[in-house]
Amino acid sequence: MSDYEHYEALVVGAGPGGAAAAATFANYGIETLVLERGVEAGSKNVSGGLIYAEESAPYTIDDLFPGFREAAAERPITKYRIHNIAGDKVESFDLTDLHEHDTEWSDSVLRRKMDSWLEDRVHERTRETGGGLLTGVHVNGLLREEGRIVGVTLDELDPITADIIVAADGVNSELARDAGLMDWDEPDEWFQGVKAVVDMPEDAIADRFDVADDEGAAHLFSGDLFEGVRGGGFLYTNRDTLSLGTVFHLDSLVAEEAEPHQLLDALLTHPLLAQWLGDDYTELEYSAKLVPDSKKVALREPHFGRLLLVGDAAGQMQAQGPIIKGMNHAVTAGALAAESYAQAKSRNEPEKAGTRYARKLRSEGVMKKLRPRGYELLRGVAEDDGVTDVVDTVLTSAVGRAGIRALSGRLERLYNVPTLSALMPDTRTPYVTLPTVIAEELGTRVRDQSSVTPPDLEARIGGLTYDTDIGNPHITLRDESYEASGAAVAACPVSAVDFGGGCYREEVVRTNGSEERVVSLDTQPCVECGTCAVVADTEWTHPRGDKGVEFKWG
Amino acid sequence: MHMVVLTKGVPDFREGQVSFDEDGHLERGKTPTVMNPNDRFALEAALQTRIRHGGRVSVMSMGPPGYKEVLREAMETVYADDLHLVSDREMAAADTWATAITLSAGIETLGEPDVVFAGFKTADGETGHTGPQTNWCLDMPLVTHVISLDIDEAEGTLRAKRLVEGDIEEIETVETELPAFVVADPEFEPSYRTAGERLTLKDLREETRARAENYEEHLTVRDHADINVDPDYIGLDGSPTIVSSVDPIPKAPAEREATMVDPEDTGAMQDVLGAMQSAVGDDAGDAAAAGGD
Repeated sequence: MSDYEHYEALVVGAGPGGAAAAATFANYGIETLVLERGVEAGSKNVSGGLIYAEESAPYTIDDLFPGFREAAAERPITKYRIHNIAGDKVESFDLTDLHEHDTEWSDSVLRRKMDSWLEDRVHERTRETGGGLLTGVHVNGLLREEGRIVGVTLDELDPITADIIVAADGVNSELARDAGLMDWDEPDEWFQGVKAVVDMPEDAIADRFDVADDEGAAHLFSGDLFEGVRGGGFLYTNRDTLSLGTVFHLDSLVAEEAEPHQLLDALLTHPLLAQWLGDDYTELEYSAKLVPDSKKVALREPHFGRLLLVGDAAGQMQAQGPIIKGMNHAVTAGALAAESYAQAKSRNEPEKAGTRYARKLRSEGVMKKLRPRGYELLRGVAEDDGVTDVVDTVLTSAVGRAGIRALSGRLERLYNVPTLSALMPDTRTPYVTLPTVIAEELGTRVRDQSSVTPPDLEARIGGLTYDTDIGNPHITLRDESYEASGAAVAACPVSAVDFGGGCYREEVVRTNGSEERVVSLDTQPCVECGTCAVVADTEWTHPRGDKGVEFKWG
Repeated sequence: MHMVVLTKGVPDFREGQVSFDEDGHLERGKTPTVMNPNDRFALEAALQTRIRHGGRVSVMSMGPPGYKEVLREAMETVYADDLHLVSDREMAAADTWATAITLSAGIETLGEPDVVFAGFKTADGETGHTGPQTNWCLDMPLVTHVISLDIDEAEGTLRAKRLVEGDIEEIETVETELPAFVVADPEFEPSYRTAGERLTLKDLREETRARAENYEEHLTVRDHADINVDPDYIGLDGSPTIVSSVDPIPKAPAEREATMVDPEDTGAMQDVLGAMQSAVGDDAGDAAAAGGD
């Protein structure tokens, strides 16, 4: 082996998955180096975000990091409701039972605060092993020798080798793609989430959401308020802010040519939210993120040689109707990955860490949650377009409506059955048609009027902090034709049709008397969500360490 | 390795900080004192040496007691271990020669450092003499305009890249024995290409945070007796330079008049167009008018 710098374990990414892996390595006394590309852990991260500690999970974040809830989280979520919306008619169900199923606790979190707290603990514990945590360092690929993965390459440092590499580098993992384990090909494998963090004093939260100091509320929204795009909205109470956002299937966003920021605005300005938002709306941060749909992309064997993938990098994000769990699975996976290596090494067969890790994901029940068997069985029928049309026609007919009315007393209970959520097909039926019919047939009219005026896209971009890597764009367009890359103009959360200040713009080029529609790209306002990697033809990488967008809330 | 870095307090010449009187003279009382900006590169060079080879960094300055704050700033930049201020009324109004004698005597009280670092000229005097003259007293090999450096501890040598004639287009590599005197160029860039170096840097930063808060515990102030120099050779008495007068540089006279025009005001805009046409000559004006049709 060449004389590269070497660490026994290398963890790429200091989110919850990377932190859990690093802490577990450190518990086994394994020399561990953690590399994070942001200026601080959390500065590149966005989540809804609720973090769960599941009763059935072998590892939870507060097992690994005592004091986590008090220091790094916002509020325990004690109320969980879903609102079915049709115009100004709303039918709400209490989903607290579903929320509490297999739940030890669940807290709202803001990622900058959470991850930066974890960063300090991870550095302290890994430093004792002879390693440590570095920020501002971008791992850009895998180092191979004789075809085998032996380490990583970086923008800021010379290559580093390791006996085990944990890629916890997020949904757009460059390591997973370098290893050929993930791609960005199919829009229907991803969701896109956009979020606004909104300022609200603690007493206003207590008052408007009827929660005590140690309580919090979560509200979900579905129905006809999103122009038929498959997805929904959420509102979570933090300590003295709210997290409000929308999450849509990326293929549906593209098909409807919808503008994500406008769909978010549709939620923010709906009369139902007036009771909570009042008339003093102050948006602190606009952000966006790509979310893997674990039902389709969670890797059954998330490893290749010395490389183990955890969290979003491995597609481990469970978004099944009202069940939205990602960070807890990343924590479990990170700890299992590290544990698998430690055990394999003690048996003198470190090369078996990967298969051991995949086996643990199955035996500990993680894979079953990420890829419910019932969904796989039903998917072929339930996601057939013809079947969806028939179901929707029946649902919206007099017969279907009568059925909904007849079920009215039991609907709330049905929504609370976890196995039913896991079966939900990715069609417009559960996301749009059913909630709309429920609201139309059973809902009551909202009398409030919204006085919320959300900032426009220009103001939202203007409010973000960037350290632009001038002259070194991290994304380049491979094909600038409208056919190949035009979908990004609408789908990119910081671009819009007829808006010149975003990343993607449509332009008409006149050559030899003919006109051609092309797309141009300026990465300055990029929020690094990865949407365009899927919907446009790009050469996509993350910016160098410390560069690009810096989320203050996340 | 023991490194000594020389620094100086200078008026903060940044816009909004610096203050001049009506005659264009610097108002020293109203202008804050900061660490000489060029000294940052000397400090960075010392820090890089320490990260790579370990050891101790001392920072030294000559000046009034108020320079303690400058030394604290230096400590935070270089994570220095100890600070040294040579301060005495006898040292006041020294030119670069007297300063060099004072500093070299100060350095000698610290033992035999392996490398002494200085910055490339100060923001106030702008002479660039003090570093090399100090080294003339110390009589070590001198390398100036250093933009990168490497030390071979086993061989006891220092290899540096330096700008020839201060020109970024012309770079030479020189090698010398330790101990040596290094003047860092503003083009100096520290390079930390291994995780190990960056982790050491992070440790030092953490350690220094506590140290900088109580920096006076790590500061030694010495007068001329402490460094064993004759008062006749330092301060004003030891300065052969005679400054006969200082002339303010006159402001460049404004040769052009500016008029603000509201772009909404069509009449005024018409006047602008007319002025542009007459400025470029009638032919061009006709062309512009034709283009406008």
